[in-house]
Amino acid sequence: MTVLRLITRQLMLLFSVALVVFMLMKLSPVDPVDAYLGAAVSRVSPEQKAQIEAAWGLNRPVAEQFFVWAGQLIQGDLGFSTTYRMPVSEVIGQRIGASLALTGLAWLFSGLLGFLLGVIAAALAGGWMDRVIRVVCYVLAGTPAFWLAILAIMVVSVEWGWAPICCSGPIGVPDQQVTLGQRLEHLLLPLSVLTVLGVASIALHTRIKMIEVLQSDYVLLARAQGASLMDIILRHGIRNAALPALTVTMAASGEIFGGSILAEQVFAWPGLGRATVEAGLKGDVPLLLAIALLTTLIVSSMNLLADRLQHIIDPRTRRL
Amino acid sequence: MNGRVSALYRIGLALLLIVAVLVAAALAGDVGVRADFMNRLSAPSWLHPFGTDQMGRDMLARSLHGLALSLWVGLLAASLSVLISTLVALTSALGERADRVATFITDAMLSMPHLMLLILLSFAMGGGTSAVILAVAISHWPRLARVLRVELREVQAATYVEASYALGKSRLFIAWSHILPHLAPHILVGALLMFPHAILHEAGLTFLGFGLEPSRPAIGVMLSDSMRHISAGRWWLALFPGLMLMVLVLAFEALGSASRRLLTPREAQC
Repeated sequence: MTVLRLITRQLMLLFSVALVVFMLMKLSPVDPVDAYLGAAVSRVSPEQKAQIEAAWGLNRPVAEQFFVWAGQLIQGDLGFSTTYRMPVSEVIGQRIGASLALTGLAWLFSGLLGFLLGVIAAALAGGWMDRVIRVVCYVLAGTPAFWLAILAIMVVSVEWGWAPICCSGPIGVPDQQVTLGQRLEHLLLPLSVLTVLGVASIALHTRIKMIEVLQSDYVLLARAQGASLMDIILRHGIRNAALPALTVTMAASGEIFGGSILAEQVFAWPGLGRATVEAGLKGDVPLLLAIALLTTLIVSSMNLLADRLQHIIDPRTRRL
Repeated sequence: MNGRVSALYRIGLALLLIVAVLVAAALAGDVGVRADFMNRLSAPSWLHPFGTDQMGRDMLARSLHGLALSLWVGLLAASLSVLISTLVALTSALGERADRVATFITDAMLSMPHLMLLILLSFAMGGGTSAVILAVAISHWPRLARVLRVELREVQAATYVEASYALGKSRLFIAWSHILPHLAPHILVGALLMFPHAILHEAGLTFLGFGLEPSRPAIGVMLSDSMRHISAGRWWLALFPGLMLMVLVLAFEALGSASRRLLTPREAQC
């Protein structure tokens, strides 16, 4: 019952987002035909322009355009990307792997690293280690993501020459011939930057929760029974702090994706983030719509999952 | 020195820094905007502590102009956003159905990556300064609206509000003299904490090419330009503007958390 209601709500949410995003695209002063033609616009007569508009269905009422688009979307037809001159589904198919490798791994690692740092800071609360972790997290939270990425390239790639300067493979080598080792080599720097950026909020949340746990009566009892700090953290702390950390990590998926748009731009990483920017700058409405909906689907599912997981893992929260 | 006094010091220091940026930017005049082709791409020196860019413009003055611009954009966007979140929270107070609608809209706003939403909004409004301000304002209110909604519910259920009703006070009187004073500190703190996010997102959006016009001395524009000079080893073009932006963001972060400590001490314990 509740599951059904959640799914209905999720569908309603997606539909509303689709509608609003579609309206936003229609509101835009960027003319999709002009954007498509680019410099060639001077060689196209108004009649030819009208023909393109008619072929794309742009001369129909907006409501009709929306339902035609939504109908095709449900049948799995995402439209045609004017920037990449191929169906949107192919553009996404080609790029989602690179995006998942970068964003997904960064998300996973920042969750794990953030949790670890949070636990260490809480265990040594008030000490110099705690202080260092906290200051680093505060500074990271205020660091512009793209600036950190630029600095990383400047220092690690240009100055030290430890990492390639851009892209997901050597320049000039076709995608099929790039070896796994080369891929990893190119992934390492963007992945580290994104991971480090995602750590701050998770570490700070874990720390607060962990300190709460360590001040509880059951930890006092365990201490009175002679348990060591290590014992307490492993047996009581981690179990109780893992849930809020998981929730925060889930909720951070949107932030990580935002960071990946910027990082992909700096590192020229051929993922969905870069495609978003290209589509936005070139007025490629079908591609922009598809990526917007895809990321909304992922982030809202993550939020929902975080909510449900909390209730499943900790039944006490169900009553609230 | 107790927590409140040190919070006051931190507020003073952060405010001093912010005012200093505005004054320095005003004093710089058109230095940093006007081209000087005799001094193109010179490394940091006593004359140009932050170096100069490809048009010979002093990067220190340019960064200061950029920060002042960020401040104004952030100020306008955050004020608008706070207004929206207050209105949404007040809508929640109207009744069960209004609350459900407001919550649904808030959830929908939070279900999209922040930067994605900003790109879409900026695209819809055709880019430029006013588009950035509106996009940041429209996309930043949900978190504060959530906080305010919880606070509102709490104060509505408080016994002193009940007592006020029982004494025959009007809804307007209660809203003005009980509910607003309770919400005011949260609104102020929320606005201050929203500021750093607004500035960072504006810079990011501008960096991607959806924000402020490339002709303006914005931090995002400078960093985007600096990308072309990375392999040439011109590190000063990227390092200093970003560093200045980070310091400004951290100053606002400090201002926000210190004010929270003073205004809503109970929530600021940890």
